Amino acid sequence: MRAGHKFLIGATVIVASVALLITEGVKQTGMYFLTPTELAARTQADPSFYDLGIKVSAKVVPGSIVRNDAERRVDFRISDGGHEFPVTYVGMVPDTFTDQNEIDVIVEGKYSRDGVFHATEVLAKCGSKYEAVFEEQGKKAA
Amino acid sequence: MTLLGNFSLWVALLLSAWAAATSFSGGWRDKPQVALAVVRSTYGVWIALIVASIALWKGLFAHDFNIEYVAAYTSRNLPDSYVFSAFWAGQKGSLLFWAAVLATFGAIAQFTASKRHKELMPYVAGVTLAVTGFFVIVMLFGGANPFDRLSFTPPDGRGLNPQLQNPGMVIHPPMLYLGYIAITIPFAFAMAALLSRKLDTGWVHAIRRWSLLAWIFLSVGITLGMWWAYVELGWGGYWAWDPVENASLLPWLTLTAFLHSVMIQEKRGMLKKWNVGLVVGTFLLSIFGTFITRSGIIASVHSFTQSNVGYFFLAFLIIVAVVAFTLLYTRWHLLEPETELESMASREAAFLFNNLALVGIAFSVLWGTLFPILSEAVRGTKITVGPPFFNRVNIPLGLLLLALTGIGPLIAWRKASPENLRRQFTFPVATGLVIALAAMGVGIRDFYVLMALGLGAFVLGTIAQEFYRGIRARNRMHGEGVISAFLALIGRNRRRYGGYIVHLGIVIYFVAFTGMAFKVTQEVTLKPGDSTEIKSPFGHTWKLTSLGVSQYEALNRVVSAATLELERDGKPMGRINSEKRQHVDSFGQKSFEPSTEVGILSDLREDLYVVYAGSIGGTEESSFAISINPLVWWVWYGGVVLVIGGIITMWPGGVSQPARKRQSAQAGYAVPMAGAAVEP
Repeated sequence: MRAGHKFLIGATVIVASVALLITEGVKQTGMYFLTPTELAARTQADPSFYDLGIKVSAKVVPGSIVRNDAERRVDFRISDGGHEFPVTYVGMVPDTFTDQNEIDVIVEGKYSRDGVFHATEVLAKCGSKYEAVFEEQGKKAA
Repeated sequence: MTLLGNFSLWVALLLSAWAAATSFSGGWRDKPQVALAVVRSTYGVWIALIVASIALWKGLFAHDFNIEYVAAYTSRNLPDSYVFSAFWAGQKGSLLFWAAVLATFGAIAQFTASKRHKELMPYVAGVTLAVTGFFVIVMLFGGANPFDRLSFTPPDGRGLNPQLQNPGMVIHPPMLYLGYIAITIPFAFAMAALLSRKLDTGWVHAIRRWSLLAWIFLSVGITLGMWWAYVELGWGGYWAWDPVENASLLPWLTLTAFLHSVMIQEKRGMLKKWNVGLVVGTFLLSIFGTFITRSGIIASVHSFTQSNVGYFFLAFLIIVAVVAFTLLYTRWHLLEPETELESMASREAAFLFNNLALVGIAFSVLWGTLFPILSEAVRGTKITVGPPFFNRVNIPLGLLLLALTGIGPLIAWRKASPENLRRQFTFPVATGLVIALAAMGVGIRDFYVLMALGLGAFVLGTIAQEFYRGIRARNRMHGEGVISAFLALIGRNRRRYGGYIVHLGIVIYFVAFTGMAFKVTQEVTLKPGDSTEIKSPFGHTWKLTSLGVSQYEALNRVVSAATLELERDGKPMGRINSEKRQHVDSFGQKSFEPSTEVGILSDLREDLYVVYAGSIGGTEESSFAISINPLVWWVWYGGVVLVIGGIITMWPGGVSQPARKRQSAQAGYAVPMAGAAVEP
């Protein structure tokens, strides 16, 4: 057998392994990434969406954050304009997590039947959209 | 200043548009005067953009808050170094920075180009100026002009995000940008070679330094990014597989592949199409990275300003891809290999597999990054993958790559004899086995960690063996001592031994990455005087005693510092501070949300990482997140070694005699010796 053919076999093995690792990886670790409205629709249509590990991207409802420092617990509400959910989370939240100006958050965890989202992770986008700030001020004034 | 800035941008735009159009139309072909004018436009655009950059810096330092960009990123009480770096803190300034640096690189490329690339240079000028022109277009027509004025003048600017007020952040973005930007030059040469049909090894030699330079900048940028994330973001890690991080890794991976595969083209005349493809792909990935970070199309914790600028980049990406691959297709027949693979036991084969592994990793990272979009397009549902996905896929591929890092340099070109294999591999394989067994002996059972340590030791064995043999040979032939032989060895064959040093850096990275498998964390609430204990994976017991919280005012912030007294195995180890900082503007008003400064105590084995999470009900009782992160410092050391190796490899001169003979004897490569000495 020529070396070129042998190499092709080796290459096929590598390419196939990469493909397999990717498809298996997606199957085993993929997570639904939903908005609150989508989550509401999903759980209504299919109750198996309760208590399933998912990610939700939404905005923090201004003024809704209640911190319980002693238990390091944070309760807050998220919304996308359509639906609103309470979220509870125990752990450290990032500095950028505030309820001042509708910051974007991504919460990871499970939505239970009691209507509360139990987050295992809270990611807050840097509230650092300064470039937009002056433009927004202008728009509000207009 | 804004008038001058705008004027310079227009000059740069018009000049680059003219030069690019003339270059691609080929109107210069029989007219040396026009060709010279095209090449010289590079210098004109460079001067225009330098003037624009100075204008922006002057505006920043003059605190001219009527300029929107100045008001958005600086304030009167911002330290000067951060006023300086505010140039690239925001999108608009970054675009100008990019354009100005690209123009600089383009000018350097023209200035240093050797005479034998004369037919390529007007095309190179055309491509670099077309890309530069694109960035100026985005500034002028994409709503991203850093010289835009506000309709009013705020009394003070908003100041710089506290998380960006970190020395790492002053240099991390420009390093990464320099890497991204430097990739444009190899791309321009590749396009020039395709356009001019001069597809011999000439263009490959012309870009060797540039691709190494881009690779070094990217490596520094990525490592600094990890360091910044680790010391500033407070989640206790340095790599989260965030889309923005992935975007910086992708071109690094394909560029690394190119740096290896190009050697096969130089030595054996193979892989010509693949190499053009890799250069084009790397350039596209660098634009793609800018697109995903700027468009906000993929959810990321990094929030750069989202604007329609992203869609300019998408359009540019598509145009470049279509043009480049069409051009490659029409020149396909000119890129046939001169030889073919002779044996699987050859360096060519090892390098081919290394390329497949690197491109495989790049593909999986790209796939995982784009998966939310892909799944939404195909199945109508957004599905996201995170660190578990990337780790599952990339750890095995990374280990394959690590093994090839050891195999590649040891195995002969063309066809290795069994004798060659035995002579080269006995010692390194034995070293790897001994270390893997020793690791099992101390109780490590994690399969991947054992593999990483064993393969890492194998690669170290190969590097040590190479240096040992080289030094011994010099010692015998020239009677040199160990140290002078070592230095002469590196000096005389920089590409080879510099490469080994880069590999050493890679091994250090891999070993450091295994450390995080043994991370220990704890969250506690402590009153002053309370203490907590945490056991490290190296068997130490740390005792942390709270000394309470103190408050003080600094230059542009109010600081609450929580202090802990440390003991390790009963011995006092000093104190550690973690702070909450409330930044204020020059009127004492709060600007930004409070930010956290992590307390880190590092040594070679482990970091004690303390985050002050906040105080309870205004008392000095505070919560802390404490972790022990093993081997983290080795990530930074690995980066340093990697970059030193890269610089040695890139350093001019130092070609050994046999190497010159080999080069000049190559097919389709007849070049005077003087030229070969500059570009080994």
